[in-house]
Amino acid sequence: MKVAVPKEIRPGERRVAATPESTARLIKLGFEVEIEAGAGLGASFGDEDYESVGAVIVKDTRALWQTGDVVLKVQPPEQNLILGVHEADLLHEGATLISFLWPGKNQELVSRLAARKITALAIDQVPRISRAQKMDALSVMANIAGYRAVIEAASFFGRFFTGQMTAAGRVAPAKVLVIGAGVAGLAAIGAARGLGAIVYAFDTRAAVKDQIKSLGAEFIELAVEEEGEGGGGYAREMSEAYVKAEMAMFAAKAKEVDIIITTALIPNKPAPLLITEPMVRSMKKGSVIVDLAAENGGNCACTLPGQVVEKYGVHIIGFNDMPSRLAPTASQLYGSNLTHLLADMGGAKSFHIDLDDEVVRGALVLQNGELMWPPPKKEVPPIPVVQRPSRPNVPIVKTEVNPRKKVAKKAGPGTFIALAVLALALGAFGTIAPAAFLSHLTVFALSCVIGWQIVWNVTPALHTPLMSVTNAISGIIIVGGMLQVSGPLSAPSAVLGAIAILVAAINVAGGFLVTKRMLRMFHR
Amino acid sequence: MPQSLVTLAYITAGILFIFSLGGLSNQSSARRGNTLGIIGMLLAIGATALGPQVSSYGILAGALGVGCIVGAALAARVQMTSMPQLVAILHSFVGAAAVLVGFASYLDAGTHAEGIEARIHEVETFIGVFVGALTFTGSIVAFAKLQGLIGSRPLLLPGRHVFNLVAFGICVYMGVGFVGAEMDAGVTPLLVNTAVASIIGIHIVMAIGGADMPVVVSMLNSYSGWAAAAAGFMLSNDLLIITGALVGSSGAILSYIMCKAMNRSFVSVIFGGFGADEGKAPARASNAPAGKERSIDVADTVSLLREARKVIIVPGYGMAVAQAQSPLYEVVRLLRDAGADVRFAIHPVAGRLPGHMNVLLAEAKVPYDIVLEMEEINPDFPSTDVVIVIGANDIVNPGALDDPASPIYGMPILEVWKAKTCIVMKRSMASGYAGVENPLFFKDNTVMLFGDARKNVEAILADLRSKHTGAAA
Repeated sequence: MKVAVPKEIRPGERRVAATPESTARLIKLGFEVEIEAGAGLGASFGDEDYESVGAVIVKDTRALWQTGDVVLKVQPPEQNLILGVHEADLLHEGATLISFLWPGKNQELVSRLAARKITALAIDQVPRISRAQKMDALSVMANIAGYRAVIEAASFFGRFFTGQMTAAGRVAPAKVLVIGAGVAGLAAIGAARGLGAIVYAFDTRAAVKDQIKSLGAEFIELAVEEEGEGGGGYAREMSEAYVKAEMAMFAAKAKEVDIIITTALIPNKPAPLLITEPMVRSMKKGSVIVDLAAENGGNCACTLPGQVVEKYGVHIIGFNDMPSRLAPTASQLYGSNLTHLLADMGGAKSFHIDLDDEVVRGALVLQNGELMWPPPKKEVPPIPVVQRPSRPNVPIVKTEVNPRKKVAKKAGPGTFIALAVLALALGAFGTIAPAAFLSHLTVFALSCVIGWQIVWNVTPALHTPLMSVTNAISGIIIVGGMLQVSGPLSAPSAVLGAIAILVAAINVAGGFLVTKRMLRMFHR
Repeated sequence: MPQSLVTLAYITAGILFIFSLGGLSNQSSARRGNTLGIIGMLLAIGATALGPQVSSYGILAGALGVGCIVGAALAARVQMTSMPQLVAILHSFVGAAAVLVGFASYLDAGTHAEGIEARIHEVETFIGVFVGALTFTGSIVAFAKLQGLIGSRPLLLPGRHVFNLVAFGICVYMGVGFVGAEMDAGVTPLLVNTAVASIIGIHIVMAIGGADMPVVVSMLNSYSGWAAAAAGFMLSNDLLIITGALVGSSGAILSYIMCKAMNRSFVSVIFGGFGADEGKAPARASNAPAGKERSIDVADTVSLLREARKVIIVPGYGMAVAQAQSPLYEVVRLLRDAGADVRFAIHPVAGRLPGHMNVLLAEAKVPYDIVLEMEEINPDFPSTDVVIVIGANDIVNPGALDDPASPIYGMPILEVWKAKTCIVMKRSMASGYAGVENPLFFKDNTVMLFGDARKNVEAILADLRSKHTGAAA
């Protein structure tokens, strides 16, 4: 079975449907792979790279198309101006075509393919279910677009993204607002955070809040509560009150942020207008807007699809070929999506269309010329994260060996000897000491143990009050003075006792009162 | 009141004291703990006064009244920054009382016993007076150092260990002469003992520098307890023994905690100056960190703070000296109102007294649940945007972790450099108490905000306030 990969002919398209890596996998699946000469050049893959993994390079475009049983493309087939023929007509009858097709808006193309009895699978129609994630080319492209949006913004933005303290002074970090936290939005958040910007993100779906936060951005919440989950992981249109609150927030944020990246799309509808012309005007000079919804009409009033315009000192980037601008990566992942799909369809040996396979059924537009699209409706639950961009630059914290542990001393044999000597001495002393003394000693030892136990429980924050309160109660020595003071006034012990009472009383009163004063200050 | 009732009252008082210390285990029960302590003390004094051994109420009431008035006045007037001084001077009173009670007990002819009991009593008296005198003079020197009456630099006499040993030897010799001596013959050795112990107390504390004060103060706290316990032994009074033991172990634990927080042994704190071990070259010469510090101004500090989501403030003794805690908390309040997560990180030896920083922050009305201990907050530094180190130095010195040549190597520290930016507020580039250069100041993510801490904090506050209203939208 022959898989043919033609060169893309859409102007500016640099991606290719197979890379040397995915070609090797296709060959492993049993396919013979033919690549049009120069097909991979835009994505930095040379013909010899394909040849080295076992592909055949075909120079003749017509021959390539006509011999291919399965044709893999990126863009939908279109008129080949050089050959003067439509690509759909180059396919041999009954061949299988896999590419982006957008059957909803390319009805003419679909009927042209139907006339050729083609079996067509639209990679853009792969349902967003967990099993199909490895074939989800839309997420791949959205991820790349989100990343690239930040890079494009950075190239038009005249400042650092990250705040820096340099010897010459401080540079404030850039502030980025990402509207719409789908795959593209999350990728944009990750990339902007990775560059060090402060990122705010907004989405009508509350479910994405945690994802936004996990990437280190701040989720902007509106006072109005409304759930914007619209099925299939997409958003839906919101009520008027909500939109009003949303627009007010955008207007406020537009003045504050340096870069706005919009990714808001609603299935089968033109992109919602979120950034009005007055908002653009209110932005700081030198700010950048990247409108990833440009192709579908744009989220910004000033967007021109496919172009960069400068208005009110703000660059508005409306490129609709973001993935193509990262062609090697886009091709690598797209090629991988297609390989997974072909493997799912049975490889070369048992290649077939399984109508019970949810993924194949979803993507199937034509089967031998028969219209199979749209597939019978089936409730599709949203996938929380379709393809999660990796976390930006999280520093890996090395677990250091705590030096304290190295230095900590252990009770050596000396301690035991000392204890033994002490025990012997006590024993010897016990034989001669009077009972009264020993009872005092008992009280003393027990009190030490109790004191040791309870003081360890004292929270370190209260160590100063602990000291002042122990200070106060050590004034209990006043009792000693009191026991001495009675006697003839002239007796030295009475005088000494009186002075002892005086100083100990200072201690008692001072200690307790200052503790009280201190503790009154502690509050939650 | 019969003796049995007095004993009962004593036991109750002892239990109340135990509960009093137990109450300090957390802030919510601390005030009740203090009240229990007061009740216990009133009970003990009341029972003693009504007991059979007390008759001269005039002197008692006079001494008690004057003492209470003086104590209350001290407690009401003292600044929270001066708490270490107050605690030190109160220790000296206990020491003085122990000496006085010791002498009184010895001179009181009525309590003389015979044989082994008399000998034990004499030993108890002698030890009690020794500990009391040492506590008395040591605390007075500590007070003078903390109050700034004398310099806080350690005074290191040549051969000071020999000096201490000889002095201690004299005391032991006097003790041998004292035990078993006749009434009049015993007074001289006891006086000599007092004098020499006083000199030892002065000498030991003179040799200890400013930042080791937490250890010294807690050590003296402990000694004052042991002095009270010794008095209890000589008077056969269990309440004094219980209380003395409680206080003694409390002080011992605090000393231990402080020593551990500096990774130094108790002995080396008491008998050795910091970084001044004989024969060891000063550290700064050998490993002066290469590099240049970078300074920052107030405006940039404010904008850093306004952009920060997580802020940790590390206060040190410098904050107390500059009295910056109140304006600092105003800054914290504004930042918290703006949604930032601002907390305080307290190193166990920050300040001049265990828990000193907590008291100062409490005085500035900082809620205690945003004031965290070192172990609690160290894991949070990597996720923190801005750390402000205000008036602290050695407790944030990374050399303690990674430079085995550093004199403070092994001391647990607050790992502030792991935050994104670290702002150090300092008067100048002078090194800290330990005399060690701090590599933190030369790290890439560290900036220095020089100047008086209070003035800088007030400037930050003013700046924040002026922009606060403007940015509310």
